[in-house]
Amino acid sequence: MKYLSEFRDPEIAQSLLARIEAAVTRPWAVMEVCGGQTHSIIRYGIDQLLPEGLSLIHGPGCPVCVTPLEMIDRSLAIAARDGVVFCSFGDMLRVPGSSRDLTMVRAEGGDVRVVYSPLDALAIARDNLDREVVFFAVGFETTAPATAMAVHVARREGLGNFSMLVSHVLVPPAIGAIAASAASRVDGFLAAGHVCTVMGSAPYEPLSELHQVPIVVTGFEPVDVLDGIRRCVRQLESGRHEVENAYPRAVRRDGNPAAKAMLDDVFDVCDRRWRGIGVIPASGWRLSERYASFDAERRFDVADVQVEEPARCRAGDVLQGLITPDECECFGGECTPRNPLGAPMVSSEGACAAYYQYRYQYRGADG
Amino acid sequence: MAEQRPGEGELDVSGWTCPVPLRRHQRVVLGHGGGGVLSAELIEHLFLPAFGEAARTATLADAAVLELGEGVRLAFSTDSYVVRPLVFPGGDIGELAVYGTVNDLAMRGAVPLALSTAFVLEEGLELALLGRVAESMGRAARRVGVGLVTGDTKVVEAGHGDGLYVNTTGIGLVPRGVDVRPDGARPGDVVIVSGPIGLHGIAVLSVRDGIEFATEVRSDTAPLHDLVAAMLAAAAGVHVLRDPTRGGLAASLCEIAATSGAGIEIVESAVPVPAEVEAACNLLGLDPLHVANEGKLVAFVAADDADAVLAAMQGTEVGAGSVVVGRVTADHPGLVVARTALGATRIVDRPLGEQLPRIC
Repeated sequence: MKYLSEFRDPEIAQSLLARIEAAVTRPWAVMEVCGGQTHSIIRYGIDQLLPEGLSLIHGPGCPVCVTPLEMIDRSLAIAARDGVVFCSFGDMLRVPGSSRDLTMVRAEGGDVRVVYSPLDALAIARDNLDREVVFFAVGFETTAPATAMAVHVARREGLGNFSMLVSHVLVPPAIGAIAASAASRVDGFLAAGHVCTVMGSAPYEPLSELHQVPIVVTGFEPVDVLDGIRRCVRQLESGRHEVENAYPRAVRRDGNPAAKAMLDDVFDVCDRRWRGIGVIPASGWRLSERYASFDAERRFDVADVQVEEPARCRAGDVLQGLITPDECECFGGECTPRNPLGAPMVSSEGACAAYYQYRYQYRGADG
Repeated sequence: MAEQRPGEGELDVSGWTCPVPLRRHQRVVLGHGGGGVLSAELIEHLFLPAFGEAARTATLADAAVLELGEGVRLAFSTDSYVVRPLVFPGGDIGELAVYGTVNDLAMRGAVPLALSTAFVLEEGLELALLGRVAESMGRAARRVGVGLVTGDTKVVEAGHGDGLYVNTTGIGLVPRGVDVRPDGARPGDVVIVSGPIGLHGIAVLSVRDGIEFATEVRSDTAPLHDLVAAMLAAAAGVHVLRDPTRGGLAASLCEIAATSGAGIEIVESAVPVPAEVEAACNLLGLDPLHVANEGKLVAFVAADDADAVLAAMQGTEVGAGSVVVGRVTADHPGLVVARTALGATRIVDRPLGEQLPRIC
């Protein structure tokens, strides 16, 4: 763990912060694409330490959050069926569908199990040949190789009671969509290091060129994140736009060829809806025709539910820095930490909750 | 939600946010037992209104204190134990059931007197395992010096239980002059933790299916009554004691901040997190502050008494690793704020419900 501690070293972090501060001459907005980076930024308070004018925008890089509502509803429909063992990563259990979540399906008698890898779900299928075992395959390119390996092994073993509900999403098309959007304020991107461990940094080169933005492949420890920000600012200040690898201990330009070969075999690229954003073309993976018999959507003939989510909450605008939390008409009345309408009011780390507690509640409002 | 393709117009990112977890459940979910927000809501919105006047003097603290007249005060606590697996590295459900309730009594400064033991057994449970758990309870009670004075046994059909559930209910005597209460935190108080956190939760997780750690993490299951006695003997200024079990240190601190109306500031780098707990939490995406402990306490002590109390704690076996982790402030009442390793601040929150490993 000594190696890890160096990437959390306060002195190194302070030195990077000083270099960032010295480099910044005008306002910039940098987007950290990955939820893991966002978590690190919040846990260490990195956003508070950056020089004024340099803002971080949290990206869409949490695969749990962007899994489309209809896919959640399909997972709920399958998990509720008799004879099904539904296996999922833990954090998908509380993601709400139209009216309930997987914890509620479990409370109603559904056999919903938390696994730490799709290979665990495969083992459950081998041990329960009289039941249908379904794995909910979510995540970016990071988790996809394990999904691919599991379905590859299932096919090799002829495991007929195993299938997958696949909702994998791809990062580069999302970055492209954001960079192309006129509403976007993003000047530069921190790409997700673990995604690039699999796919390499090369896929980002045409994006950087097309949209004239710096893209820095960045790790997840505080020193990693600060170094990614420093490199991004350095490019912005010098008018450059390149793909830079700030995570060389894990990422090569061409990624992991063996994993990519497996992904090519198992998946086809498809359009995918992102929750809260909409359809982004060619931004998802589905099982290829060779593996179609393992596709839970087909096997269970899950109805294609199309749902509209309530849009009163302006969390999206808050997260993009377009409005402050108290400029949202729901803030403090309809939306409080007790009855949150949006994620930033749920977690005390959220912008709205922090605003409510620090700047609102103690001015005499009813808290 | 507008859906347009890049190149065809604008991409609407205005709804770009994590979906909000559902909080209006029609049925009990596991999270209601997680010691976090959902547990608190169940008590506040279901149990207390339903109990009405009967719960007028109910406390959300680890134990209630009953005034029996003539200065005699009895601490009273109950807890059910549903741990899986029944035997885990560093302990088992039996000693957990004894120490857990002893500790709840000790958190009000009470000397434990007697426990009841109630078993719900699942048809098919091996008697050898039941015997092992019962012997473990006997050993734990003898170590504490508390009697197991009454009990009950029920058996449910196979498939209707996890082999064995245990409930222990305990009473203890609060010494004269001792007034340790959940809402006693005051600005200026020093916050002390009695040793490394997160060991029990990670030990139990480490022997569940699907997770294997290279190093064995052992539960910190231990009785805290002697530690508390040493603290109370050292100084009068022990204001609050909490046993940070489910929901971890974060849940205890948040509850103390809320009930006391005090602001709490902790220094993250001062909180003792063992390397193996840190590593497991990194792997699973958990916050060590949310992970359960079973042999630790967090104390709020008047600043003038902090050195004496800390020294007394460090002089005991279970409190040898005691350290100061923070203080109570007049700022941000009701909130717990952590100073991060980089010198910034973040708000510490209670977990919502059960601990769910993150994938990203």
